[in-house]
Amino acid sequence: MFDDLSRYLSSTSNQELVLTQLLQHIYLSLLPLVIGLALAIPLGWLAHRYRAASGVVFGVSNAVYTVPSLALFVVIPVVLGTQILDSLNVVVALTIYTTALLVRPVCDALDAVPFHVVAAATAMGYRPVRRFVTVELPLSVPVLSAGVRVASVSNISLVSVGALIGTGGLGVLFTSGFQISYTAPIIVGIVLTLVLALVVDLILVGLRRALTPWLRAGGTT
Amino acid sequence: MILQELFGWFGDPAHWQGPDGVPNRMLEHLGYTLLSVFGAAAIAIPLGLYVGHSGRGGVVLVGLSNAMRALPTLGLVTFLFLIAGGSEAGTIVGLIVLAVPPILAGTYSGVQDTDRGVVDAARGMGMTGWQRLWQVEVPNALPLLMGGLRNAALQVVATASVAAYVGLGGLGRLLLDGLRVIDYSKVLAGALFIALLAVLLDLVLAGLQRIIVPRGLRVAAAAVAGRPKARSSGRTES
Repeated sequence: MFDDLSRYLSSTSNQELVLTQLLQHIYLSLLPLVIGLALAIPLGWLAHRYRAASGVVFGVSNAVYTVPSLALFVVIPVVLGTQILDSLNVVVALTIYTTALLVRPVCDALDAVPFHVVAAATAMGYRPVRRFVTVELPLSVPVLSAGVRVASVSNISLVSVGALIGTGGLGVLFTSGFQISYTAPIIVGIVLTLVLALVVDLILVGLRRALTPWLRAGGTT
Repeated sequence: MILQELFGWFGDPAHWQGPDGVPNRMLEHLGYTLLSVFGAAAIAIPLGLYVGHSGRGGVVLVGLSNAMRALPTLGLVTFLFLIAGGSEAGTIVGLIVLAVPPILAGTYSGVQDTDRGVVDAARGMGMTGWQRLWQVEVPNALPLLMGGLRNAALQVVATASVAAYVGLGGLGRLLLDGLRVIDYSKVLAGALFIALLAVLLDLVLAGLQRIIVPRGLRVAAAAVAGRPKARSSGRTES
């Protein structure tokens, strides 16, 4: 098996293929993470601010979350009118999942911001929008980051399924390996997916540390 | 226009009978799901109860089940299928492997999250380890354990669709066979039935959860938080 692996990896054309698909995989999994987070913040705020809205928002996001990825991937072109092989479908589907997954962490994170801090900001004359961006959002990072980490791992592993409908990413290694009954590319694909998930997770942990200096200073949150 | 074609597809009696008919594919899909979830539960629940009760190996277990979330299902399924010499058994093993982490995490964290005061009280009343486990920790763990089972079921429904790629039956067949011959009505019908199966299964399990979770726990939870609590673990399906 290791002979197979080293032979597979020593070919330049295979190296190029793996690198291209890896970059495509990163793009297809991280772009939806960023857009999904941007969409989840206002929705989570809505659920945090208005109790009545939270029922609707959480109900819809739970239902969306139940739909299997392969089903969502092929239904999106019909709704959007895109080509079925367009990688945009995967980006849209993963954005929907990410948003559905992050709405609740955003709401929980905003709920966890101490009320007296918000009240102090209000008393200092912060307008609602500025207070949200400069006080509530930064203070919600510790709780929110846990949700973002789950979403990133889930996106990175979901992109592979896109290979079945013809979009790129490391999933291509699985389908091409399967077609010629050759396990080497499949193993390379699985290992790279796991490594990518780990690296992105470490980056997110680093980002959280950078964004929450007060936690390291040993002060109270 | 595409909707018209879809209704046309639904209206054709040929699509509702025989081995490739919707009812048979639905039953196949449900069969794989039940088999895999029960198989995974038989491994994960005892292990999760042991680790949660004894407190040994918790860190390793959480780390391992988190790492397994990142496993690409398509990769695992194709790999196991080739390793098993192209048999369906390899695919089913893949489904079971992917259903283990959510159940394990749910069982473990359910036992772990049981109020320490309640467990101490049980010990103080002279309950043995087994009595504490079955009469205190298991009932308290049920909400999270059921959450884990529900996640596992969704995971398997999704993965079984993907596994149609290596020749497994079920609703994924409709979707992938439809893609191969560019029959979009068939693709969409497959996708809709997969989604329908997932949603229905989740509703049934949610109903089961309401029945078997002791009422005292619901009352206590409602008293603590004004809002129903989220299912703890994230999406593991891919």
